[in-house]
Amino acid sequence: MKKLALSAFAFAAMTLGAVADPDPKDWDAVLADARGETVYWNAWGGSENINAYIEWAGAELKARHGISLVHVKLDDTANAVAKVVAEKAAGKNAGGSVDLIWINGENFASMKRQGLLLSPGWAEDLPNWAYVDVDNKPTIRTDFTIPVEGLESPWGMAKLVFFHDSARSEVAVLPTDARSLLEWAEANPGRFSYPQPPDFIGSSFLKQVLSELVEDRSVLLAPVDEARFDATVAPLFAYLDKLHPAMWRSGRAYPANYPAMKQLLADNELDIIFAFNPSEASSAIANGELPDTVRSFTFPGGTLANTHFVAIPYNAASAAGALVTANFLISPEAQARKQDPKVWGDPTVLAMDKLEPNDRARFEALDLGVATLKPDQLGPAIDEPHPSWMDRLEGEWKRRYGVAN
Amino acid sequence: MLTRFGPPAAILLLSGPILAGLAGTILPAVGYLPALGGETFSLDPLRQLAAAPGIGGSALLSLRAGLASAALSLCVVMLFVAAWAGTSAFSRIQHLISPLLSVPHAAAAFGFAFLIAPSGLVARLASPELTGWQRPPDLLIVNDPMGLSLIAGLVVKEIPFLLLVTLAALPQVPLDRTRQLAASLGYGRIAGFLYCLWPLVYRQIRLPVFAVIAFASSVVDVAVILGPSTPPTLAVRLIGWMNDPELSMRFLASAGALLQLAVTAAAILIWLALERFGAAVLRGFCMQGRRLRHDAVLRWLALGMMLASALAVFAGLAGLALWSVAGLWQFPETLPRSISLKTWVATAPRVVEPLATTLAAGLLSTAVALALTLLCLMREDETGARGRRAAALIYLPLIVPQAAFLFGLHLLFLLGGFGASLWALVFVHLVFVMPYVFLSLSDPWRAFDRRFEAIAAGLGKSRLETLWRVRLPMLARPVLTACAVGFAVSVGLYLPTVLIGAGRLTTITTEAVALASGGNRRVIGVYAFLQMLLPLAGFAVATLVPALLFRRFRAMRV
Amino acid sequence: MDHQGLRLDGVRIALGTRALIAISHAVAPGEVLTIMGPSGSGKSTLLAYVGGFLDKAFTACGRVLADDLDLTALPPQERHVGILFQDPLLFPHMSVAGNLLFAIPQSLKGRAAREALAEEALAGVDLAGMGARDPDTLSGGQKARVALARVLVSSPRALLLDEPFSKLDADLRLQMRQLVFSKARDSGLPVILVTHDEADAEAAGGPILRIGG
Repeated sequence: MKKLALSAFAFAAMTLGAVADPDPKDWDAVLADARGETVYWNAWGGSENINAYIEWAGAELKARHGISLVHVKLDDTANAVAKVVAEKAAGKNAGGSVDLIWINGENFASMKRQGLLLSPGWAEDLPNWAYVDVDNKPTIRTDFTIPVEGLESPWGMAKLVFFHDSARSEVAVLPTDARSLLEWAEANPGRFSYPQPPDFIGSSFLKQVLSELVEDRSVLLAPVDEARFDATVAPLFAYLDKLHPAMWRSGRAYPANYPAMKQLLADNELDIIFAFNPSEASSAIANGELPDTVRSFTFPGGTLANTHFVAIPYNAASAAGALVTANFLISPEAQARKQDPKVWGDPTVLAMDKLEPNDRARFEALDLGVATLKPDQLGPAIDEPHPSWMDRLEGEWKRRYGVAN
Repeated sequence: MLTRFGPPAAILLLSGPILAGLAGTILPAVGYLPALGGETFSLDPLRQLAAAPGIGGSALLSLRAGLASAALSLCVVMLFVAAWAGTSAFSRIQHLISPLLSVPHAAAAFGFAFLIAPSGLVARLASPELTGWQRPPDLLIVNDPMGLSLIAGLVVKEIPFLLLVTLAALPQVPLDRTRQLAASLGYGRIAGFLYCLWPLVYRQIRLPVFAVIAFASSVVDVAVILGPSTPPTLAVRLIGWMNDPELSMRFLASAGALLQLAVTAAAILIWLALERFGAAVLRGFCMQGRRLRHDAVLRWLALGMMLASALAVFAGLAGLALWSVAGLWQFPETLPRSISLKTWVATAPRVVEPLATTLAAGLLSTAVALALTLLCLMREDETGARGRRAAALIYLPLIVPQAAFLFGLHLLFLLGGFGASLWALVFVHLVFVMPYVFLSLSDPWRAFDRRFEAIAAGLGKSRLETLWRVRLPMLARPVLTACAVGFAVSVGLYLPTVLIGAGRLTTITTEAVALASGGNRRVIGVYAFLQMLLPLAGFAVATLVPALLFRRFRAMRV
Repeated sequence: MDHQGLRLDGVRIALGTRALIAISHAVAPGEVLTIMGPSGSGKSTLLAYVGGFLDKAFTACGRVLADDLDLTALPPQERHVGILFQDPLLFPHMSVAGNLLFAIPQSLKGRAAREALAEEALAGVDLAGMGARDPDTLSGGQKARVALARVLVSSPRALLLDEPFSKLDADLRLQMRQLVFSKARDSGLPVILVTHDEADAEAAGGPILRIGG
């Protein structure tokens, strides 16, 4: 009896292992495999308009390709990474619980380093890759200084922009860089804050300030040099030491994330907030969450910019379905809908000049809203530092401010 | 007979997961977890824990929250009962407070947070006319580093619980006669009650008080919503470590869970000392014959605090309900500029699945818990033995901090390959639902006049038929109420659902807490409203079904 | 052998080491055996033993036979020993007729026949037409009569009376005594009556056994 059970187990293991990873070059086979699959997409679930967009994508995928998309809502992408790590540790090398992850930066770097991603690179073999703007958007092939190598497929573009309510007199003179932001905060105590690191937006604020204040910005593009770390980050923490007393709640509490900051702007508690999505404010106005007097601005000297992606774990149970999902997400139709501020307002990763005229018309027809800056008004892009900086900055921040009480 | 398996099954259910879970927590805490390369025992995880920045602050915060919220809520309940038990005001308040028990902690906490925030409902009602505030003041109220709003949030939610367990204990003391006796000796209402009756009542509610301490010192959802973040409470940090992508952090998380166990144990030990101190003070006053005749201020204060705590929860929930249909609503506007169902319409499709999971987990776990409870109680009838140790066992899942054994249990499930299935979820819910179903059904069950069964047997009816046609219909109301309590508990469970459901299985509560970090009050309003509606629906069923079924029979009415 | 009626054959009941009852007695059909004793003497315990629901705390031995059938070997529901307590204990969630229909043996088939029997039984205790009533709306005497009708329609082999008249007013008590004993006699039921009221024993007219004290 025991023998029988063992051989059945061995057989099951063999058949499971025998399923080859789908090859996007043979797209028809991928589509055939994908039909009937359930794709568990692990994606941050803290924003209702994004959740609604994912819901829409799921309905389309069901109708077109017979794929059931399940949005596993995360409060931190690291949780999905943790699941894959746990499965690898438990020897579960096939049939994993995560099929697709919304990802970039440190989580991508971590998964790539640990060999947790579906490989070889597949993103550039997707049929819709032809439309992707690889020439003018360098962050599509380099994610936080890490070469992407087709291990994740772009989904949207991000750029740090600031919002304020033009109906309030407090923001007559807009800050133009980190230094003038500090001066403004000192003149208007309690009206600025940032999400508590390790929240992604909060950590990005730290990187923005560090990028502006560091003597040699190229240091940030390499992995952290421990010997010089303290000296490199000294200007950032000197800045924060001055900023915190002038911040909301004197820096003793922080908003949890961007949507919480948005609520505080609506509540009149904060005067200046920031987001990684230039049309966030327009979306919020369309949703009745912010008054229509909110406007955007950015720093003339440049702000952080990056791309966000979707990746497939090496042990995904529904890799074919995940590939079809990734391809659908960069279709002109899905991208145009995503860029509509009434839906989400996330900027496209596609190149307008590569699109068919009717697809291009979809984008041109979009009303980006009063609060959204045109692409040429967004100012220069500052490259994301190497992912190792994020970890170290978050740790250092926590040591200094996170446990102060 | 089947009933013979009831008690062992219940014992296994209540203690098995806890012991296995504790083992699964303690072993990694001392470095042993072969699946993650921990082959030998070492103190490294504990050392790492000791070196974690701010760990002492987090632990103290948890300890303080546990003790302070239990002490405050018990004080309010004690003074209120002492001052008002037996009056008509008392029964009116009792009816007002009872529904609050079914409001899940997270929903109450959201509502409370929005109520007391500087831009919250209270400030809006008073501004700008009374305060002169055109914009919210920069005051640190919610998430304050001392954890005061956390404690307050816990207090308003624990008061209904402690009041109801006190009410259950009251009929067992000679209230009216003692009151008259104490009054005739010249004692004030409060003093008379406290000297003569409180020690008897307190003995009965001691375990529930311990449960409050354990819950408050290890709560996650309320602490996320109302507690400080620099640093957060111990339990909140544990969840962070547990979910860290770095799997080696599980060792640290386990060590932290061990510390959580110690913190809760310390809180209960300190409480034991406080009990002695309180008893000594009470005895001292009593021996000196202090009459405390002029206690009117204290009496009205007790009533005021009771009302205020109920009002806080109701107003918070009303505020959330308003947010769920609000258009733009800026400070200091008292009401939203426009009302729309937009949020409900947009959220509705996404609510279906968590709602289905919530219902499935709640109904299944309640059904199993009811079946087990009935088997245990019937076995008790057969043997005539009421295990005194069983009472302590029933409280075990409520007194051992959830995090301390759920981590280990989660790990065991993962290793066993049962992760994230509905059955695993039902099983874990059952551990928490079972005690409440048992506690709420056992008293009415034991109070049943067993001569009815003798009569039915004399009429030739089998035990099953007697159960089915006589005892269960006659106990329909308490049975359904016990089910409604069990269902409400299941709906409100956060940590067990988050850990075992692992994101695959979400309920209204996990979705609501996940959204809490998003700060979108409109959507939180929708979820919190649903969270509140489900248990209320359960209690409505428990009230209406027997009322309808037995509408012709006067003795079946309450 | 032909032993009609109820026979207690060497019945002994003890609580721990304290012996409460030792009895051997035969009760003929239609006869009432009265057992008298102060409270705590264990007289109700004897009824529990005969009925088959003796508390586990007691130890008991001996046989109870009904028409040569050993009841002690049977579970309570198969003994068909009807019992009346001092409270009528009507099922509060059933109508008066519902209480009776519940008691009528399953062997009587057909709804109409069952309802007819119930109505007949009600008429037999002067409660004709009261079937649809909520038992809680009846007077104390009416409730006691429904309880009697209920136990009679179940066609018991014997009737146990546990101080059934003690909670009734004096004149009601008189009526009920007569009603119960005449019904028992008419049905040819062996009856065991437990009481501490001498008048009960007198009205029963049968042998009297005094225990305890």
